[in-house]
Amino acid sequence: MDLSAINPAALLASLMVAATPILLAAIGEMVVEKSGVLNLGVEGMMITGAVTGFAVAVETQSPFFGFVAAAAASAVLSLVFGFLTLKLLSNQVATGLALTLFGLGLSALIGQAYAEQRPPSTARLDLGFLSDLPFFGRVLFSHDPIVYLSLALLVAVWAFLKFARLGLVLRAVGENHDAAHALGYKVVRIRMIAIAFGGACAGLGGAHLSLVRVAQWTDGMTAGAGWIALAIVVFASWKAQRVLLGAYLFGGISVLQLNLQVAGIPVPVEYLSMSPYIITILVLVLISRSSTAAPASLGKPFFATS
Amino acid sequence: MTKDGTEGEPKVPDQTLLSVNGLTKAYPGVVANNNVSFSIKPGEVHALLGENGAGKSTLVKMIYGLVRPDSGDMALNGAPYTPSEPRAARASGVAMVFQHFSLFDALSVAENIALGMENPPKQNVLSAQIREVSETYGLPLDPERLVGELSAGERQRVEIIRCLLQNPKILIMDEPTSVLTPQEVEILFETLRKLSAEGTAILYISHKLDEIRALCDSATILRLGEVVDICNPHEKTARELAEMMVGQTLHTPSRKPHKQEGVVLQVSDLSMRSATAFGTSLKDISFSVHAGEVLGIGGVAGNGQDELLAAISGETSPDAGTVTVHGTPVQHLGPNQRRKLAILTAPEERLGHAAAPDMSLIENALMTGAIRENLTNRGFLKWGAAKTFAEKIIANFDVRTPSPNNAARALSGGNLQKFVVGREILQRPDVLVVNQPTWGVDAAAAADIRQALLDLAAQGSAVIAISQDLDELMEISDNFSALNEGRLTAPRSVQGLTVDEIGLMMGGAHGMEAAHV
Amino acid sequence: MIRLEKRPVPSKLWTYLTPIAAVVATMVAGGILFAFLGKDPVEVIRIIFWDPLFHPDFSAYSRPQLLVKAGPLILIAIGLSLGFRAGIWNIGAEGQYIIGAICGAAVGLAFYPMDAWFIFPLMIIAGAIGGLLWAMIPALLKTRFGTNEILVSLMLVYVASNQLASVSQGLLRNPDGMGFPGSRNFQQYPAAYNAELIAGTGMHWGVLTAFLAVIAAYILLNRHILGFQIRLTGESPRAARFSGVRPKLLILFCMGVSGAAAGLAGIFEVSGPSGQINISFNAGYGFTAIIVAFLGRLHPVGILLAGLLLALTYIGGELAQLMLGLPAAAIQVFQGMLLFFLLAMDVFTNYRIRIGSPEAA
Repeated sequence: MDLSAINPAALLASLMVAATPILLAAIGEMVVEKSGVLNLGVEGMMITGAVTGFAVAVETQSPFFGFVAAAAASAVLSLVFGFLTLKLLSNQVATGLALTLFGLGLSALIGQAYAEQRPPSTARLDLGFLSDLPFFGRVLFSHDPIVYLSLALLVAVWAFLKFARLGLVLRAVGENHDAAHALGYKVVRIRMIAIAFGGACAGLGGAHLSLVRVAQWTDGMTAGAGWIALAIVVFASWKAQRVLLGAYLFGGISVLQLNLQVAGIPVPVEYLSMSPYIITILVLVLISRSSTAAPASLGKPFFATS
Repeated sequence: MTKDGTEGEPKVPDQTLLSVNGLTKAYPGVVANNNVSFSIKPGEVHALLGENGAGKSTLVKMIYGLVRPDSGDMALNGAPYTPSEPRAARASGVAMVFQHFSLFDALSVAENIALGMENPPKQNVLSAQIREVSETYGLPLDPERLVGELSAGERQRVEIIRCLLQNPKILIMDEPTSVLTPQEVEILFETLRKLSAEGTAILYISHKLDEIRALCDSATILRLGEVVDICNPHEKTARELAEMMVGQTLHTPSRKPHKQEGVVLQVSDLSMRSATAFGTSLKDISFSVHAGEVLGIGGVAGNGQDELLAAISGETSPDAGTVTVHGTPVQHLGPNQRRKLAILTAPEERLGHAAAPDMSLIENALMTGAIRENLTNRGFLKWGAAKTFAEKIIANFDVRTPSPNNAARALSGGNLQKFVVGREILQRPDVLVVNQPTWGVDAAAAADIRQALLDLAAQGSAVIAISQDLDELMEISDNFSALNEGRLTAPRSVQGLTVDEIGLMMGGAHGMEAAHV
Repeated sequence: MIRLEKRPVPSKLWTYLTPIAAVVATMVAGGILFAFLGKDPVEVIRIIFWDPLFHPDFSAYSRPQLLVKAGPLILIAIGLSLGFRAGIWNIGAEGQYIIGAICGAAVGLAFYPMDAWFIFPLMIIAGAIGGLLWAMIPALLKTRFGTNEILVSLMLVYVASNQLASVSQGLLRNPDGMGFPGSRNFQQYPAAYNAELIAGTGMHWGVLTAFLAVIAAYILLNRHILGFQIRLTGESPRAARFSGVRPKLLILFCMGVSGAAAGLAGIFEVSGPSGQINISFNAGYGFTAIIVAFLGRLHPVGILLAGLLLALTYIGGELAQLMLGLPAAAIQVFQGMLLFFLLAMDVFTNYRIRIGSPEAA
């Protein structure tokens, strides 16, 4: 065992990269849940984004088009969920599961042609002298644009929910859809847009996984990341700041356990690999006492009777 | 933001503000409104009077743009008025205070108000305006508080201020006093009179005759979706109005003389913390009910009624205190064990608490009848016996349904309530607690239910009726007590109890007096 | 303008019709998908749904496979359906299946090479207990701390598959296996082998258990107060509480039964058709069973039929893979579509579709 092989700067830098897919998916799902919809299909949307982003990036040799296509594909898939749950009033839990099962199958089908390929590399964002700073340059300022996009998106969502009129309307719809309807707000339309946004975010997160973090395509490569994003939204009590905390905490754990595997500590690899899932469960238990902040209409069907 | 802008203009008394001509709206199987016409002038307080199901709600929803009429038209200030959605109605100067469903518990007062406005100013400006308007109209309110923490009366103030900030020409109020104490009603009426003097027309929906006679200049009476009469309520007696509204001579429940004997239910120092964020905790509740007694428990909604029923039914167990029946402590027992001891209850929420909406009446009979009616055999269901029991309830309580196989939600409110109350009465309770026995029930069914409760007491059961309808409680109760913020006042005989005394027991004017705790 | 109108009572007719309509719609949409993949859609549909049962060359092999594959699907789905009816979402059946298999197999391997009648029953009991205990984790965390059982049970699938990887290379590895991962093969250990009860039918103890589970679930849901309480809780939790249901006990019961059923499916599979513990013995039955449960309308008889149908898609899919080179994942997509169509068609059960004047707002 050689723990000195773990470089703190490299560890922290890879933490940011590892956390980004989950952060993106969790931001999107938080907005969806704030509007009162529980979309359990995050895993399916992420993996669809992962395979679409990978395929398009390989075909066009442009990571940019890959990310755009990933966001679009997952948004379209999420709209299927939206149509079923909002227009046809299907059960949100069952439909979310269907989305995940379908997404896993679809991605495996599309992905089989790309199993052996390498994606075009996503350039780091050149931040000039910042990237050359000792330690902080490596940790904070040497990443691909999506890492910064995810942070910008987080700030934007936080500001949107806190200050924007439409953000208030979105929260109102999630709190009490009947009241929002009575005041004349378009409950279904607002939720549909939130769902599409959530889908796009999950797709971006998936593409970041396949194009940057792992940089290859394997079946089922999201390995529960979508579910962990769902858990992080609960952990965060539907607050943007805490989503960041949760995602980076989880990113840290998964990077650390990988580093420990490499360093060869005397714990079987399988037990290190399962640690992120166990820690997610523990976190869910620990925050359970305080988590009463769920939007009041979350998961309830909305049917306008008049 | 107050009504200053209207001061310079001369008030034209004969001008019609809103006219409604021949509005008709049908739903599958029922014509909610049939050729309804009336008009309202600026500054007029106009009552829409009718029973539950008479079509008042549908009518105002059409005026507010929530429902589109099948035929007929409306005019506002002489111009055609066809609101396609509430936003358009608000833009035209029509505002509405809802009875239910229009506030957001987890949002602040200011946020709630902003949601009801077209172009709200910044939050700090809005907060200042809220303070200003609330002081002008005697409706104190803190803009930063979460709505979920407010009392029912305060929540109504939020809605009223939300409307007033829009300078409405017409203010629609849907059953506004059902959530207020008598003192709070007086304050509301002062606010409404002030608004009316400033030229705002008020469309006041109610089925409470005394209020309408005290407040309104004119009244449109609806029955089964049609206008029965348009009159000046000051010129009619309450009885005349009631008969126009109901269309028949009212049956007043009769009480056989009976005496109250030993104590059946005894509750001592009962305390229970609320399980939910915006629920009410019960504090040191003590009372007893005798055989043959009807105890009426009044109070504004949300002051612990649901919680008190749950503590007696056994759905929740108290943190402290005791509940005894015939001297046997039961506070630690669950609902079914209490049923064995003949403690039966009928919760307020019919669909989803007292009954399962999508289940048949047979299954709903089984829901609470399994134990006392012996509907299971070693856990296996006796469907035949359950069906017989359901049919017995339907027959004895005149429940109108094609078959006991019909789902509960297919029944009208009155019929389902008769089923729910009947289901418990037929199981021969020693103690029966009914929460809101006649809420949302038509007058005929309400009279039947009250009579059934009186008959039950006459047979020696202890009956507790929890209600917001004070008239109802005065009619059927021997003793009266009130819930206020989770505390119960000591029961007093209804003989000689005045409205003022009742109001004070209910907590007076919440948040408006210095002495208020 | 199309709008929905809630039916006063759910349509009985559509309750039966929607699964059939969903299957037909999936065949059409699946056919389009297969056409995109460059296959003749009619031929693929025939190979999936017809050939496994009636093709002169393949049916002899495929027919027994139908029961082999349907057995675990039905058994797991029956367990899940109880919870789903009550609004208790155990979606970690895959994990309980794996843990059941590991526990049961461990008991069997502990007795190797002893020959005694009680070994196989002990394995089965251990399998059921393993699945039950694994399901008790999300159940107890939910009743004790109020954590979300969906997330916890799902996380535990990943924990279980890591556990599986660990034991198949370590604790349960075949000592005579020359270092290859995977346990001893039960097919070569008669006292622990879950053999076919009637040769050539695919009928083994697990399939029989699945059929018994169908009957037991039917009686429970229709004739017993507990089944009534499960349905009532799903309809309206507050009414259930009022009627005397103890929600926490019900959660423990439903999660426990579904966990035990999944564990049983796991040990029957690993001691029979699969034969040994190895990294990939689990074929995703725990997830497919969710589709089976919904397609069967959470009704025991429906689940029986849905389990047979989904088993057919597995076998037919393999056949299409063999004969036409249809990608294995195409069947997964096909199954996912089926669930989507079913959920979409459900609207007809609860609502009438009206075409006419729209409501405002």
